Amino acid sequence: MDSLKLLPLVTILGICSHIGLAQSPTYGLGRAPSAEEIRAWDISISPTGKELPRGRGTAKEGEQLFRQKGCAGCHGATGIGARAPALVKGGPPAEPGKAPPAGMEGMHMVPDTGIMALRSPYAVTIWDYISRGMPLNREGTLKPDEVYALTAFLLYKNDIIKEDEVMDAQTLPKVIMPNRNGFANLPEWKHGVPRLAGYP
Amino acid sequence: MDSKKPNRRGFLKGGAAAAGLAAGALQPAKAQKPASQWSEKGTNKEIIAYGERSRFVTSVRAPVAERDSPDAFGLMFHVLTPLQDSVGSITPSSLHYVATHRGSYVPEIDPKEHRLMIHGMVDRPLIFTMDELKRLPYVTRVHFIECIGNRSKPTHKTVQETHGMTSCSEWTGVLLSVLLKEAGVQNGASWIVAEGAEEIKGASSVPLGKAMDDCLVCYGQNGEAVRPQQGFPLRLIVPGFEGIFQTKYLRRIKVVDRYYMTYNDYGHINPDPKVSALGNQIGPKSVITFPSGGQKLSGAGFYEISGLAWSGAGAIRKVEVSTDGGKSWKDAELRTPAYPMAHTRFGLHWNWDGKACELLSRCTDELGTLQPTRAESAKYFDRPLDANFRVPGADNSVQSWKVSSDGSVHNGLA
Repeated sequence: MDSLKLLPLVTILGICSHIGLAQSPTYGLGRAPSAEEIRAWDISISPTGKELPRGRGTAKEGEQLFRQKGCAGCHGATGIGARAPALVKGGPPAEPGKAPPAGMEGMHMVPDTGIMALRSPYAVTIWDYISRGMPLNREGTLKPDEVYALTAFLLYKNDIIKEDEVMDAQTLPKVIMPNRNGFANLPEWKHGVPRLAGYP
Repeated sequence: MDSKKPNRRGFLKGGAAAAGLAAGALQPAKAQKPASQWSEKGTNKEIIAYGERSRFVTSVRAPVAERDSPDAFGLMFHVLTPLQDSVGSITPSSLHYVATHRGSYVPEIDPKEHRLMIHGMVDRPLIFTMDELKRLPYVTRVHFIECIGNRSKPTHKTVQETHGMTSCSEWTGVLLSVLLKEAGVQNGASWIVAEGAEEIKGASSVPLGKAMDDCLVCYGQNGEAVRPQQGFPLRLIVPGFEGIFQTKYLRRIKVVDRYYMTYNDYGHINPDPKVSALGNQIGPKSVITFPSGGQKLSGAGFYEISGLAWSGAGAIRKVEVSTDGGKSWKDAELRTPAYPMAHTRFGLHWNWDGKACELLSRCTDELGTLQPTRAESAKYFDRPLDANFRVPGADNSVQSWKVSSDGSVHNGLA
C-alpha cells in the first residue's frame, strides 16, 4: 500500500478511537460505547449502592405511589393477599412440609420469608428490582425518586425503617436488613471440584 | 381424516414403504398416485418451507401443574418438555422447556437492532452487533439446561411433570472468555452480571471463574437460530448451572467486584452452607423415560429401558439401572456420546416377567459423584425420610417408577 495514503488513514483511525470507534484488539470487531451509552444501559446496582442515582423518597410518598402507579392493583391495597406476590408481612404461616410454589423452589420457605423486604440481605436489591422490573407492562418507567419512595414504603411496612426516614443513595445501602446475615456464602466455583465433597 | 380422499397422507398410510417423502415426491413408485395429485394445497409448502412433523405425532409441552401459563396476568411461566416421548439426547427446539423470570412475555427482538455491551471492570468496554458476534471464532457444544424447580412430587403422574424442566440442545456461539479477553478484565474483578433485553431485564450473577471457563454467548440452537422462547437472538449458556443463569435475550455483561445479589440471585441463596453448595450447579441426575409414569406395558416380554442422565459437573461416566427397587443394579449402555454437561441417553435390555416391579436409575459423573437416593440425602442431612422430606438444594435424587402387573406405570413417590 502507498505509504503516503496510509498516513492519513492512521490519523483518521487515531481520531476515531477518541470518539468511540475503538474495536476489540484481537479481532478488530465491536466498538467502544460512549460514557452516555453505558450510563443509559447500566441499571445494575451493587449491594454497596455505588451506582445508585441521585434522588430521594419516603414511605409516605411511596404509599401514594403504590396506589397511583397501579402496584396495589396486583399486589393488593395493603401489599398482601392479591394475585401478585405478597410484599408485606402478615401472611399465613407456611405449612410444615408443604412444597413451595413452582419457581420458588430454591427459597428458604418459612413464614414470610418469601417477602422480598424480609428475605433480601440488601435493601439495594429491592431498589434494583423495582427499577428494572416494575410496574407490570410499564417496566423501567419509574423515576429514581419514585423508586426510592416505593422502596422506603416496603421497608417501612415490614418494620425495617421508620415512616419518616428518607431513602437516598447514601441511606439505602446502610439499611440493616433482617436477613443481612441469614445466608451462607456460596462455595467458590472451581472447574472439576465437587460442590459438596462427600455428598451423598 | 377421510382416508378415501386422494392425498399424500392417504397414500402413505395406504402402504408406501419408508422410502422417504422426498424420494417419493420426486419419483412416484408404481403404486403411487400421479405426481399431479401431490400438488395438493399445502403439500409442497410443507416440503419446501419450514417442515412440520407428522400429524400422527402429538407430543407437546405442558404448563407446570402448580401455576397456569398463561397466568392471571397473561404471563408465561414454566412449561415442561415431554420427556416420555424423547429419543436420543437432543430436545427438539419446539419442545424445549421454557421458564421465564417472574412470568414473562416472549419479546420480539429484531436482531439487526440487538446489541451486546460488555463493560464494568474492563479496560475496553465494547458493544457488538449480532453480525460482529457471528464473525468471531465460535464453538458448538451440547449442553442441558435444568430449572432448580425440577423436582419430583408425589402428585406428579408423568416424567414430563417430575422431570420436564430439563432439556438439551446443541448450542453455537462465542466463548464468553473470548469476549471478556477482548474487553480486558481488570484485577479485582470476581463476578459478572448478565442481563437480558426483555421487559423486566432479568439479570443473574455468575462467578468470573465460571464465566472464563466454559460459558457461551449463543446465537445458534440445534442447527438454526436460538428460538424466541429460548432467548433469540442471543442467550448466555452457563453449562451445568441452574436454568436461571442461562440469560435469555442477552444484552449486557457487566464485570464487577462482588456478588451483585440481583432479584434472580437472592431467590436462590440459602442459610445452610451445605444446601447452598447443592444449588447453582446441578448434581448428577438421571431418570428413566421409558417405561415411565402414565405409560403402559402391553404384556410380558422384551423392552428397552431408556432414559437420560446428566450432570452439571461434567460428563456422565456410568448409569446403573435397577428393576428390583434397588436390591441389585446393572450397568446401562450409554447410547449417545457422553458430552460434558449434556443429556446422555442410556438403555438397558429388559425382559419383563409380567410381575409388579420397581424401576430405578442412578448415574455417576466424571468427578465420581453418585446420584443420591432420597434416603441417602435424608441420611446425609440427618432428617427423617418421609413424604414431607424435600431433598435440599437442586433435587437430583433417584426417581422410582412402579410397574404394576397390568403393565401400568406409576410415580414411586406417590
